[in-house]
Amino acid sequence: MNINLTLVAQAVSFAIFIWFTVKFVWPPMLRAIEQRQKQIADGLAAAEQGRTALERSNREAEGVISEARGRATDILAQAEKRGIQLIEEAKAAARAEADRERAAAKAELEQEISQARESLREQVAALAVAGAERILKREVDARVHAAMLSDLQKEL
Amino acid sequence: MSSESTLTPTEYIGHHLTNFTAQTGQGSFWTLHVDSVVMALVMGVLGIGFLWLATRGATAGVPGRRQAFVELVFGFIDDQVKGIFHGDRHSFVAPAALTVFVWVLLMNAMDFLPVDIMAWIYEHVFHLHNWRQVPTADVNTTFALALSVWFLMIYFSIKVKGVGGFIHELFCAPFGGHPLLWPANLLFNLVEYISKPLSHSLRLYGNMYAGEIIFLLLWLWAATGLAGTVFGAILGAGWAIFHILIVVLQAFIFMMLTVVYLAMAHESH
Repeated sequence: MNINLTLVAQAVSFAIFIWFTVKFVWPPMLRAIEQRQKQIADGLAAAEQGRTALERSNREAEGVISEARGRATDILAQAEKRGIQLIEEAKAAARAEADRERAAAKAELEQEISQARESLREQVAALAVAGAERILKREVDARVHAAMLSDLQKEL
Repeated sequence: MSSESTLTPTEYIGHHLTNFTAQTGQGSFWTLHVDSVVMALVMGVLGIGFLWLATRGATAGVPGRRQAFVELVFGFIDDQVKGIFHGDRHSFVAPAALTVFVWVLLMNAMDFLPVDIMAWIYEHVFHLHNWRQVPTADVNTTFALALSVWFLMIYFSIKVKGVGGFIHELFCAPFGGHPLLWPANLLFNLVEYISKPLSHSLRLYGNMYAGEIIFLLLWLWAATGLAGTVFGAILGAGWAIFHILIVVLQAFIFMMLTVVYLAMAHESH
């Protein structure tokens, strides 16, 4: 082992290699790594942001859905109520119509009965007058006794 | 191995531990270990070039396989530096640590290549008789790295604390500012400044050199007969597996010490 010029040559090589690494190898590598670190950090932050946004919108959607569900229930109940009301109204109207018709029929019936009774009375009266006429033959002058006959007719 | 049919153990080991040299001037200092320099350059260009290629197409989006691997290494180094150095590590300390780790790891990993097969290739393909392939098993390489770190240490010490602060620390730390303690402080600091590059470089060098020697001894045994071949192969495999740990561990320790020394230079006492 003898120290000689080799030492100087190796020192020069060493200096050149160090200079080269300092100048051309380390900085671009560092830049790439730091840039990637920043990208990853940004990505993680964005993911976190997205997660919270999703959570928030999920909560919002849930609120909207439950509100809609409530409103739908309300509308359904209202519709049911309205339906029942309509049926009741229809029933009431039908009943009133029926009553009205029944009353009309009854009135007509009564009128017819009274008419029939009237015509019956007239006929009975006529029969009675005819009978009396037959009995009295000529004695009874229809014209003379008309007043009496109509009185009799009314009493029957 | 050389072309001679018989080779003594001394010649065998000596052959594997002889550098390919070039003489650039008078005196032993002007010898250049061409193999260490070339292998170190190849490893550095491969390693740093791979990192550079990965950063060329670096995207902040989904990384490709190569980029993911480089980012793994990057993150590992960055984490280590973050725990030790509290300052703007991205401007120098962390990239320097990455360079040291990748480069030293690759240079250490040359130890995995089987020496005799590689020697044959160097001999017959490249016509190189002596070629040591592990640059970190050459004390010049480890010393070059440790001394560079040492100079960086002093540079940052002066840059952060100023010349006055640096000299003040030499005399007043760690025992205190009393004038009577100045010699003791100075002595302590000198010992520290001398021991740092020595321990830094020799730890790596010793480990890699010893690993090489143990491989060589095992291959020597493997050449002695059937039993030697069997046991040499088994022990060689074992040592190679253990060596994976040493190679990575020594690269890691060398990088950590670099970071620690540079971090200490930034701290004021």
